Amino acid sequence: MPETITIEVWRYRPEQDSEPAWDSYEVPLRKEWAVLDGLNHIKDQLDGTLSYRWSCRMGICGSCGMTVNGEPKLSCSTFLTDYAPGPVRVEPMRNFPVIRDLVVEMGDFMAKLPTVKPWLVSGDDEPDEDAEYLQTPVEMDDYKRYSMCINCMLCYSACPVYALDPEFIGPAAIALAQRYNLDSRDAGAEDRRDVLASAEGVWACTFVGECSVACPKDVDPAGAIQRYKLTAATKAVKDLLLPRGAR
Amino acid sequence: MTTKRSPEPFAWLLFSAGGMVAALLVPVLLLLFGIAFPLGLLSAPDHAYLASVVSHPITLLVLFGLCVLALLHWAHRFRYTLYDGLQLKKYGVPITICCYGGAIVGSVVAAVVLLRAL
Amino acid sequence: MSTRDAASSEQRLYRPPVSLTWWLRKPSYLLFGLRELSSVFIAWFVVYLLMLVYAVSSGSAAYQDFLDLSANPLVLILNVIALAFVLLHTITWFGLAPKAMVLRLGARRVPPGVILAAHYAAWLVVSAVVAWVILR
Repeated sequence: MPETITIEVWRYRPEQDSEPAWDSYEVPLRKEWAVLDGLNHIKDQLDGTLSYRWSCRMGICGSCGMTVNGEPKLSCSTFLTDYAPGPVRVEPMRNFPVIRDLVVEMGDFMAKLPTVKPWLVSGDDEPDEDAEYLQTPVEMDDYKRYSMCINCMLCYSACPVYALDPEFIGPAAIALAQRYNLDSRDAGAEDRRDVLASAEGVWACTFVGECSVACPKDVDPAGAIQRYKLTAATKAVKDLLLPRGAR
Repeated sequence: MTTKRSPEPFAWLLFSAGGMVAALLVPVLLLLFGIAFPLGLLSAPDHAYLASVVSHPITLLVLFGLCVLALLHWAHRFRYTLYDGLQLKKYGVPITICCYGGAIVGSVVAAVVLLRAL
Repeated sequence: MSTRDAASSEQRLYRPPVSLTWWLRKPSYLLFGLRELSSVFIAWFVVYLLMLVYAVSSGSAAYQDFLDLSANPLVLILNVIALAFVLLHTITWFGLAPKAMVLRLGARRVPPGVILAAHYAAWLVVSAVVAWVILR
């Protein structure tokens, strides 16, 4: 194994660059080092001006999403040795405006997320504070997969539909809506429907399927969207055919 | 977003029905009439027999359903191919009219051709 | 002036352009593009089918003309390409179906693999019936 590996980092410094540029750095190649460790080495030892987001180093916080050799990845769980002898190209997540270097503007996702009400909506007007809302393991299986989402936005980075149509509500927001829609304790499906079943909701998706490939938590947003299309279409047919009371 | 009356779910249901019918029926028909008979891998059915099959009401009904749904499948998918592949979403209205208009015209032609075979 | 400069430098976001050929960037994007293009060949098949029905209902001479046309190398090549696209459609379509359909037997969810296998079984049966009707 060579001693070092070259990391090529996509740089954008708005105060001095009008166009982005590439900078190359030579970092030690260690088998336990992820791309994030390489970036931390650059920041600490080689070039303190490099900007990027990170926090937990263990694939839970969802802040270190980047494009590594063209693929959307969490840089903390993508290992340098898998790219030896290199170089490793690190770019910001695609499909987002870039603030600086590897830091993207995520306001769009943050604005969209609450529109699908990703929380349990109570069906009772005045829920009993002492009540237990029991659930069987089978009921939990319905939504558990979607609850693994860490909001890292790699799915948005992988989605060409979001690149072309930034109004698209997007994979993670829909998967998180389904996480609550499919929860036996939730009564908010009808509230979420206006957003999910809109033209910029599930109907904008053409099932490229790359969101599910990119997801580091195996959430399968593409599956969540397909499933909701069938749900929304069934409801639309019922709305058309049945009188209001019988729905 | 006033969306509960959006036509998208119906367009998608027809797209899906067309996709399923096409997935099931088109490969075998295209393999036989487009490749196997022309290449002489199998001998084509004689005219009298095929005419009796084609003029049967059940055949005509199946073929009509196949044509209409397959064309609606095409209309929906091709519309999005133009939106995404060529980035033409800004021309969404004329594209939608052309695609679904084409599917409707095609369905009328199919009805005429199939009724003629009855 | 200086406040305005600060504000405008803060808003100098870089917006990467979307290339017109984005679908060439990755093999999976290209496969998606080809899958979407399959609809054009399904539309062509409808045209071809209607030509066949028209010929058959016009008499045996017209049917023979259709058979001659279908043996024309250009038409044959078109149909070979069309069949490749139609098979891509069928395979990807069946692959996606278990994602949308969630069936239950009692409390348990039917595994996606079973739904997939059911689609292929249906394809086999439909194809066999059609072939039997035509070739009998």
